[in-house]
Amino acid sequence: MDWPFLTRTAGELLCGVPLTLRLAGTALCIGFLLAASIAALAQSRHAPLRWSARIYVGLFQGTPLLVQIFIIYYGFGQVEFLRASILWPFLAQAYWCAILALSLNTSAYGAEIIRGAIAAVPRNEVEAARAMGMSGFLLQRRIIWPQALRHGLANYGNEANLLLKATSLASVITLMDVTGIAYRLVAKTYRSEEIFTIAGMIYLCLAFVIAVCVHMLERYLRPGGRV
Amino acid sequence: MQPAQSPPMPSGPAPSVITAQKLTKRYGALEVLRGVDLEAHEGEVISILGASGSGKSTFLRCLNLLEVPTSGDLTVLGERVRFRPKGDGLRIADHGQVNRLRSQVGMVFQNFCLWSHRTVLQNVMEAPIHVQGRNRHEVRDEAEAALARVGMADRAGYYPSQLSGGQQQRVAIARAIVMQPRVLLFDEPTSALDPELVGEVLKVMHDLAAEGRTMLIVTHEMAFARDVSSRIVFLEQGRVRAQGTPQALFRGGMDERFDQFVSHFMRQG
Repeated sequence: MDWPFLTRTAGELLCGVPLTLRLAGTALCIGFLLAASIAALAQSRHAPLRWSARIYVGLFQGTPLLVQIFIIYYGFGQVEFLRASILWPFLAQAYWCAILALSLNTSAYGAEIIRGAIAAVPRNEVEAARAMGMSGFLLQRRIIWPQALRHGLANYGNEANLLLKATSLASVITLMDVTGIAYRLVAKTYRSEEIFTIAGMIYLCLAFVIAVCVHMLERYLRPGGRV
Repeated sequence: MQPAQSPPMPSGPAPSVITAQKLTKRYGALEVLRGVDLEAHEGEVISILGASGSGKSTFLRCLNLLEVPTSGDLTVLGERVRFRPKGDGLRIADHGQVNRLRSQVGMVFQNFCLWSHRTVLQNVMEAPIHVQGRNRHEVRDEAEAALARVGMADRAGYYPSQLSGGQQQRVAIARAIVMQPRVLLFDEPTSALDPELVGEVLKVMHDLAAEGRTMLIVTHEMAFARDVSSRIVFLEQGRVRAQGTPQALFRGGMDERFDQFVSHFMRQG
């Protein structure tokens, strides 16, 4: 074992961790807000709104993330009105293209998780709240969301884990996240086995941390004694 | 538990709390209510009896608008509920009005329907704080008093899933009475309970009735209805088939169908 090489490589790869976490964290937050809005649309009383939510979800779940990244990064630059728009300073940067693609992609999955979580709130508990005079936002805030959060948390943790690993695709549009740095090192040294193994271990550790956080949150939110 | 007080002596006709006129409810081709009239006065304890499918639960649920009647008139606490026509039925016209009325009409469900993510005490405190906007400290005292009233003070920190059905239902009753409702609706409150747990819930309801509270009770507990009610309303196929005092009805001979219904239940019991 070439320990000096391994520690040097690990050190260099760790420099990519902040970017990886920034991509995952930002996309998770934006994606969640989008997901909540889409889930709300999916429950709308108006059929066209429900359909548009369904089409959105179908579109992003049905196409590969890598293709979505390519369309945004390479494709958008060829659209004249986007180049002219105020968004162009953002869309011209690989970083924001990756954020956009990851956010849109995760929001489609997140919307389904939220929809399922809300559907899992016992109807009769909602009815009891209505019978006491609750409705609208109060009902959502006090009865529906707290329970939906609990139902959906494990699934959303899963999605966060998938998102973390999906950020590695951002490396193909020049971003120097953990995977991007790994590519560069491999190109320099041709020692792909060791380098990618270390990269994999870094993702493993990050995923573990996320899993622990989700688990702790779940325990915190669980009513006492419930299994 | 506090000793039950005797109901106040009525002086003249008590004011009407709920008046339903010609209420109908249809689900597609299925006519559940075919024109039900009922006037409930303050202090009355009305048991609504009837076979499964007679429409008694649907009727009760119409009274706090958990079901919107297909036609008819409804006056709750002196306010005529505002509907607007939609298709061949009605819709709630003023949700603010309905929410306001609901907060003064307590409801106890067959399946307790406690909020599973909140403790017993939180369940009881939820609506007074967030619907009525009352002071938390004040509400806390009242919630604890309400729990003591139903014999559940020592379970304040428990979650619903940690309680028996009878205990959950008693908490549900505390959750309803802490709102200081003008009328209480009970929708088969003991039907989901194991037989040995029915008594503790009926005991609480008996005490509430003895306090002079206005109550409408859909139930299959014949003995309870006979002993506690001031009036029995017997529904059959979505209509009021017979009504009167328990003495008049249970003596028999007033309505043939009611006698059959009762004898069927008494045989089972």
